[in-house]
Order: sequence, then structure tokens, then C-alpha cells
Amino acid sequence: MKKVLILFAHPKFEKSRANAALIERLKDKAHVTFHDLYEHYPNFHIDVQREQELLVQHDIIIWHHPLYWYSSPAILKQWKDLVLEFNWAYGPKGKVLQNKTIFNVITTGGSREVYCSEGYNTFTINEFLRPYEQTANLCGMRYLPPFAVMGTHHLSDEDLLNYANQYEQLIDLLQGDFNATQLSNCFFLNDLEILTV
Amino acid sequence: MSGSLLFEAIVFLAGAIICVSLAKRLGLSSVIGYLLAGVLIGPYVFGFIGEEGEDILHFAEFGVVVMLFLIGLEIEPKNFWNMRKSILGMGGIQVTLTIALTYIFFAIMGFEWQVALTVGMAVALSSTAIALQTIKEKGLMNTTFGSSSFSILLFQDIIVIFMIGALPLLSNSSDITEGDTAHTTGTLIESLPIGLQTLAIILSVVVIVLAGRFVVVPMLRKVAKTGVRELLIAAAFLIVFGISYLMEFVGLSPALGAFLGGVVLSTSEFKHELESTLEPFKNLLLGLFFMAVGASINFVVIAKSPLTIGGILLAIVIIKALVLFITGRIFKLKLDQNVLLTFSLAQVGEFAFVLLSFAFQLNILEQEQMDMMLVVTAVSMSLTPILALLNERLILPKIGTKELIKRPMDHIAKSQKVILVGFGHFGSTIGRFLRSHGVEATILDFDSNRVDFLRKMGFEVYYGDATRQDLLESAGIAEAKLLICATNKVSVAKAITKIVKEKYPHVGLMVRSKNRYDAYELLNLDVHNIYRETLDTSLTLASDALSKLGFRKYTLNRQVQNFIKYDEASLRRLATEPKRDDDYIFKARKELEQQEKLLENDFKRGIVAYDNHWDSDHIRKQLEKSNEA
Repeated sequence: MKKVLILFAHPKFEKSRANAALIERLKDKAHVTFHDLYEHYPNFHIDVQREQELLVQHDIIIWHHPLYWYSSPAILKQWKDLVLEFNWAYGPKGKVLQNKTIFNVITTGGSREVYCSEGYNTFTINEFLRPYEQTANLCGMRYLPPFAVMGTHHLSDEDLLNYANQYEQLIDLLQGDFNATQLSNCFFLNDLEILTV
Repeated sequence: MSGSLLFEAIVFLAGAIICVSLAKRLGLSSVIGYLLAGVLIGPYVFGFIGEEGEDILHFAEFGVVVMLFLIGLEIEPKNFWNMRKSILGMGGIQVTLTIALTYIFFAIMGFEWQVALTVGMAVALSSTAIALQTIKEKGLMNTTFGSSSFSILLFQDIIVIFMIGALPLLSNSSDITEGDTAHTTGTLIESLPIGLQTLAIILSVVVIVLAGRFVVVPMLRKVAKTGVRELLIAAAFLIVFGISYLMEFVGLSPALGAFLGGVVLSTSEFKHELESTLEPFKNLLLGLFFMAVGASINFVVIAKSPLTIGGILLAIVIIKALVLFITGRIFKLKLDQNVLLTFSLAQVGEFAFVLLSFAFQLNILEQEQMDMMLVVTAVSMSLTPILALLNERLILPKIGTKELIKRPMDHIAKSQKVILVGFGHFGSTIGRFLRSHGVEATILDFDSNRVDFLRKMGFEVYYGDATRQDLLESAGIAEAKLLICATNKVSVAKAITKIVKEKYPHVGLMVRSKNRYDAYELLNLDVHNIYRETLDTSLTLASDALSKLGFRKYTLNRQVQNFIKYDEASLRRLATEPKRDDDYIFKARKELEQQEKLLENDFKRGIVAYDNHWDSDHIRKQLEKSNEA
């Protein structure tokens, strides 16, 4: 069974309906490590060695965070800056993360429609997430499209429950024999046929 | 005119005050002022002080004794060892070359070889009093010139012991005249055969070293425990007087003994305390010494043979300057530094008085020769500040390469940038953390047991009352960047603050405060960096407690910072209020009400009232509002 690491970054988790719903079932799921960055490092004093050990121990990494100003909350940038060291994560000797799978799970206030060339955010989510994609590429990791819960302000509790179910199914799917070809036409992991059925 | 002790005291003090302040106003060294005052009140100008000038010189030599004790205190045996190359090298070359050249000069002049050699030895010694006083006054101690001068002077201070030891060997008559009345009765050296005299000298050195370790330091600890300040002053003088007495009893120069005593005590925790206790006395006594030198310039002798004396003086100064310049060259001093060195040490020093009169006692010198050399010595000393002035105004400006950046002195323990007052639990944590960053603070503490213990652990800790300006001075506050006051006594913190604010405004002040009320007092003294020991720790505990109850750590972290910010602001608001008690209480009550209100507000809005942008509920509500509108 593949092991999943959820790197969770929300500065005010206690106020987030959407994320509370998404996380609730995963917290105690077998082979899933839920790692709450803001709770562990309230002073941003990230323990690099511990973080690297966690990465080594897991096969699938998830950057789980709300999308703030088209990017992640600050601590996730801090995490990247400190943990993904030269000649460890990348560079001539940096091969530790190779062939691991990584992707973003995001929540956004704006709906899917506003993230496109015609919408007021002009660019797509995939375009905004390019820095994460390229980070994964440089580290030799397999980057998947994001799993996105969008328009959270207008989602009912039932909607959120559905998303939470999808999230859990997705993790089950990835832990099993997942075939990447299924992703050929997906901009979002949400679009996987298996999940939408 | 003279005779009354009071009258003499008035003459000396008034002369000093008038001439030194005049010299200072003209931008000259205080040494010039003292010397001028001495000449003026001496027997040949106003005649306030008559033939007794010599007695005064004898008394004022005590200033040199105290100074050498203080110099000794500054030289820890360890630094002494580190400086060995420049001390032995520079000092050795300077002394040997000067003796050789002077010997040749006087031999050519037709003096006996014993006379020429004695004069050569006397001349080789420069004036520690004048040179170091001038260097310190100008703040040049930390330049290569300063440390070179110090090395050479130190070598001279040591070699003079051997010179005095060697003088009896030069004496060709075994019947020693009854010289100085003060020395005739009961001095050991005179009662010993010549060969054993050297042994006596070595023995007395050993006695000083042992007594310092096993008698003086334990005594100082006892004195420190009483907590009576003036006892320490008494003890300091007891040490200096004691050494002087011992030395005179043996028949040696008290100054040398004092220097050795100083070196022995320099590793004790009382170093700074002794320094600051004796410093003011030293300066006054040195002033007296300089005045006595001025007063002792025998113008009658000069008038008898002005050309001979002038010639000898000129020759000696030129020989000394030449040798110093060559020494500087050999040790690769930069030109400007070398020129400074050349001019500052080109005089004949106070040890010459000792050597010459000793040589006279031993019948090596005739009265006339001694008088002449004493005049040369006194005049050359008086010339030093004037030469230095000429150098500074005329020569140095033409040499471009002034050493602008003060290099930390290689040898003498470099003056520290941070002074840490109080080394209890609070201060020691600070000290440890600074040290882990390579910052060695100069630590002052008032608990002599702790000081002793910490010194054994390898910390640089000194015993003393940090509210005394002179102690702060000797701890190097003039060059300090920061003073951290980690004492828990607000009275001490306030006293230090006042001194620093007034005298050393360039020093950054960081003060520990026990609580709000101490903080108010410090704020009213215009201290900006105040650290309440009750603030951070209690908030850390409170936020950990809330975390255990289920609150999120990052939010708590932000709230703690908010709380500190709020509390600091309220602290500053309250501190600026006038200190009328009733009014103050009224204000405090109002502030308390305000805080209650704020807490209540926090409660109503939920404890997490800030950082709304991270709160999606908040944003949604705003969205709804704007949609309704």
C-alpha cells in the first residue's frame, strides 16, 4: 500500500468549513499522514530534517491548502524554500524524491468559471499552479493535476460532503494500481471519470 | 612664602586647575598643563614652592607607583605571554640600541665607562607616565602605535629591575655613601654583600607573587562580603602601600613592586574594582608628579652651562628618536604610526630619577653629573607633549596614510563591544547566547562568590558595583556598542541608565525590568529597549495552556504577538502620564477598564478577532452584505 503525506497549510483552519469537511475523514485513515504545518510550526521554525524524513517515508505527497492570492499560504512557501534542498531534492545528487507522486489540493472562494481567459482571473488554476508543477518536475516527481474545491462560499454542507467523499476515493485510487493514462484529458483530478460517476 | 601645608596644597591645586584647564582649552595635553603649573609655582618663577620641591617629587612618585600598579592590573599574565614577541623584540632592540648609542656618545664626550653605561641605561627608559597618559588621553591605545608603545614601555619597566640589580656591580667602591636618608636605616639591600643583592631582588618578587595569590585575594573576598564600599578603597590602598613599604624595606623601587602586584592581581575578580577605585587617585597623584617634575627643573644648573645641557638634551632626544624609528621600521609599522611612536617615547622617563639617584648613592655618579642628568630628564619629559603637538600639527598632516580604522589590538585583550551587567539566571542566559554567537560580553556582577565561580568556568566576569561610572569606564564603556542591564534591581538599572544617558549617549541601552512598575520608571528615563521578564514567559505559558484546550497554535502565536504589542503600547501611554499619585491611579484604573472592555470585545467577536482575510466565513458575510446592498 502506498503511503500518503498530506502537507496541510491553513493559517486559520478553525474557521474553514470546507477544509474541516475535507480533512475530517482523512485524519485517521490508514497509511495517510496528516501533517498540519501551521500547528507544528506556529513560529515558522520548520524542522528541515524531520520534514525530509517524512518525505522519504511517503510515496504520494499532497500540498493541501486554500488558494490565497493565486498561491499557497506563506508557510508552504517557507516549507519549500527550506526543505527542498540542493543535492537532496534536486541538483546532480538530488534524487531522493524521484518518482514520487505529488499534487495540490486546493480550496478557492472563486468558482471554476472565473479561472479562465474570459473570467476575471484571466488564467486557469493549472496556470497559477505552474510553480508547483515545475518544483515537482525539477525534483523528478510526477506532478498530477490539482484536486480543487471551488466557490466554497456558495457550497452547501451536502456539497462539501460530496467533495470529501471524492477526496477520500481519490486517495484510495492513488494508493492502489493507478494508471496515469486515465489523466490524459484532465485539468482537475475531480474530472476523473471514476470519481464523477 | 611657603611652609604651611594648607598653603602648599592650595598652590598645587589652584596651579593645576588653572593651567590644566588652560591647556585643555588650547587643545593641548593635560600633561603640558601640569608641567607648566609646576614650572610656574616652582622655585625659579613664582617661588611658591621652594627647595622642598624634591620632597614633593618624592611624595608624588607615589602617583607613579599607583599608575604602575594599574598598568600591571591591565596586563594579565596570559596577555603578557601573547605579547612576548613584541615586548622582547621591540623593547629589546630599543633598549639595547639606545644604551649602545648613548654609551658611545658619552664615551666620546670623555666620561668614564661606568658613568656612560649608567647614563645609557637611564636614558634608554622612556616615561611610562607621560607616554601612556598622552596615548590614553587621545584614545590611541588600540592602534598599532599604541600597542607598540605599550610593549616597549613594558619591556623597560621590566628591564629596569635588572638595571637596578646591576648597578651595584658597576660601583667600584665598596663603601657606599649614606645617600638618601630615607633608605639608610634598615634597608636590606644595603646590609647585604653585593652578590646577594640580586638574590634579594628575586626573592622579593617571589614574595609579592605569593602574597598576591594567597593573602591579598582572600582578603579582598572577605572585604567584598562586608559590602562596605569604602573598605574596598581602604584595601586597595593597603595593597599599594604594603607593596611600597616592602619594596622600600628591601631597598627597591616601589613602582616596580606595584607593577608586579598589579600583574598578580590582574587575574583576580577584583581587577576592575581595584582599577576604578584607584583611577581618580592615580590621575591626581600623576598630576602632582608632573607638577613636581616641572618644579624640579633646576634652572640654576641650566643657567650654569646651558650649551652643554642643551647639547646633551638634543643628542639624547635624537638618539632615542632614531632608535625608536629604526625599531618601528624593523617591526614594519606604517610610516604615520612609526612617527607617532618615535615622538611619543623620545623622552627620558621617571625611572631615570630612580636609577640616577641610586647610582649617585652607589658613588657611580658625581653630584654634578647627577644634577645635569636630572635636568635633562625633566626637560625632556616636559618636551614630549610639545614634540607630540608639533608632530601632530606639522608632520603628520604631510604623511597621507593615517591609520583610520582602529584595528583591534592583537595582543592586549581586545576591548569588548558589549557590557553585560548582572550575571544571575537572567544575565547568564543572555551571556551564553551571545557567546554562542562569538560575542564575548564584558560581564559585571556584584556577587563575588559567583564571579569567582564563573571565572573558573572560563567566563570573563568582573566583580564590582556597576552603578559607578569609573567601573563602567574601566570595563570599556567608552568603546562599547551595547550595555545590557540584566540586574533585577530597578535602582541599579536606573542609576546605570542615568550614567549612560548622560555620559555615553552613543551606547545602546537594553534593560531588564521586573514588572510594569519598574518599566514605567525606566520609560520615564527615556529607555526604549525594556524587557519585562513577566511578559513573554507568562504569555508563552498562557498560549500553551490554550493550545492544550484545543486552540490552534498559529492563531495563538499571532494573538500573543498582538497582546504584546497592545500591552507595550498601553505601557508607554501610561508611563508618559504625570506621576501625581492620585492621577496616576486614576489613569491606571481607566486603563484597566479599557483592557476589560477590549477583552470583552474579544470574547464577543470570538477570541480570534484578527486576520479576517483568512476567515472564509467573514468574507462570505461581507459578500452577502454587498449583494444585499
